[in-house]
Amino acid sequence: MRRLLSQGPGPAFDPQAPYRLHPQAELRDEEFGALAYHFGTRRLSFLKAPALVDVVRALGDAESVEDAVRRCAVPEAQRPAILRALAGLAGTDMIQRRVSEESLP
Amino acid sequence: MTVLESRPTKLVDHFALGLNAPICLTWELTYACNLACVHCLSSSGRRDPRELSTAECKMVIDELQRMQVFYVNIGGGEPTVRHDFWELLDYAVEHHVGVKFSTNGVKLDAAAARRLAATDYVDVQISVDGASADVNDAVRGTGSFRTAVAAMENLAAAGFRGFKISVVVTRENAGQLDAFKALADRYDAQLRLTRLRPSGRGADVWADLHPTDEQQRALYQWLVAHGDNVLTGDSFFHLSGLGDPLPGLNLCGAGRVVCLIDPIGDVYACPFAIHDQFLAGNLREPGGFQRVWQDSALFASLRKPDGGGACSSCSMFDACRGGCMAAKFFTGLPLDGPDPECVQGHGAAALAAAGGAAIPTPSGDHSHKGPVRGQPVLVPLSVRRPDRACDESPLAGLPA
Repeated sequence: MRRLLSQGPGPAFDPQAPYRLHPQAELRDEEFGALAYHFGTRRLSFLKAPALVDVVRALGDAESVEDAVRRCAVPEAQRPAILRALAGLAGTDMIQRRVSEESLP
Repeated sequence: MTVLESRPTKLVDHFALGLNAPICLTWELTYACNLACVHCLSSSGRRDPRELSTAECKMVIDELQRMQVFYVNIGGGEPTVRHDFWELLDYAVEHHVGVKFSTNGVKLDAAAARRLAATDYVDVQISVDGASADVNDAVRGTGSFRTAVAAMENLAAAGFRGFKISVVVTRENAGQLDAFKALADRYDAQLRLTRLRPSGRGADVWADLHPTDEQQRALYQWLVAHGDNVLTGDSFFHLSGLGDPLPGLNLCGAGRVVCLIDPIGDVYACPFAIHDQFLAGNLREPGGFQRVWQDSALFASLRKPDGGGACSSCSMFDACRGGCMAAKFFTGLPLDGPDPECVQGHGAAALAAAGGAAIPTPSGDHSHKGPVRGQPVLVPLSVRRPDRACDESPLAGLPA
């Protein structure tokens, strides 16, 4: 429980690029949102808003992060916070950039 | 609005009400142990004949996978003395339940270390309670330091990086924190310090071994200085009243985000609370572990908001939340009062007032009944002059 989420430098987060939940990461729904656990880094993160959980789940099928945010109908006022949270998740490899081929059928 | 942050300050309110599944689950696979540490929190030694079978353990793992308990902390006793330990380890990893297991190193030879180094999702924690053989062996038994260091050597040689070296901080080793850190650094390992609880056989030695007030303050400063580089299992939140909160969850997680599965399937609120009062149920009953976690009356009561009792008027209550439930319980203090090691001194006063009356004893005792090789002896041998010159028996003069 110590290693929650450090805001260390990670690869640059690009909301216009396609992302996905890391293949070694899983989400567990909780009342406050979800727990995210990365089996590779053994890192646990807390996704503290149901809207954030929806967006993370939608990433894999969306053309970009911004597309996922749109699909989940996140209210405008919440978007900056959601994007900051996603950048944090990208910084710890909980979500990762998808190479474009993978998004094709 | 912050929807993701490094410190779960506001999440504490959610955690206090309990989660769908535990975050930090300890599973003690056996009460059997080759050692007889004086402070063993589970009074381990002898195997319990009712111990969960291999098949039952696998059913538990299946259930943990369904509940998305992402990892378990496996301990004992000494878990590696179970004949099926490696089989269960592999089964857990295959079923997406990560494992961190605690060991005294007795079975961690070069081959085992290579096997562990090649397995993802497994973390190893070697226990030592002294940074030198003399300090360690006094509580863990003769030769136990050598065994632990050999295990560390084997892991390092196999290329296992970042394993944990786990230390219970005592009055005897509190001056060795830098030496522990150096030991961990030598093997590219991570140091983990945890609190001595008066649980199990720890109740018998707690008064003599728990750190002094001065040592607690030095420990707090040392932890602040080392930040996230040293793990604590969130066990020192009772020290948070000394200044800024320590990293981690500053809240008793018992029954909320934490619980213990013991070797016979009993589910307790926390690993340090093996007592009928904190027994939530047994996972051999219909509904298994999930039903115990979600429906037990005990856990429901632990998840109710608590007012803080005698501590609620203290200015530090938000920092320490009254401290550790098990530490209070096994020193005979009320659960809604101060921790026995309260940094404001309220615990010492409460202990003095209680006068050691009515201290509960743990429900189970699996301690070895006979002598154990290298067994630590904390009681010094009598140096009293015999009553008569010819009384050579060491028992002379003692009550029969």
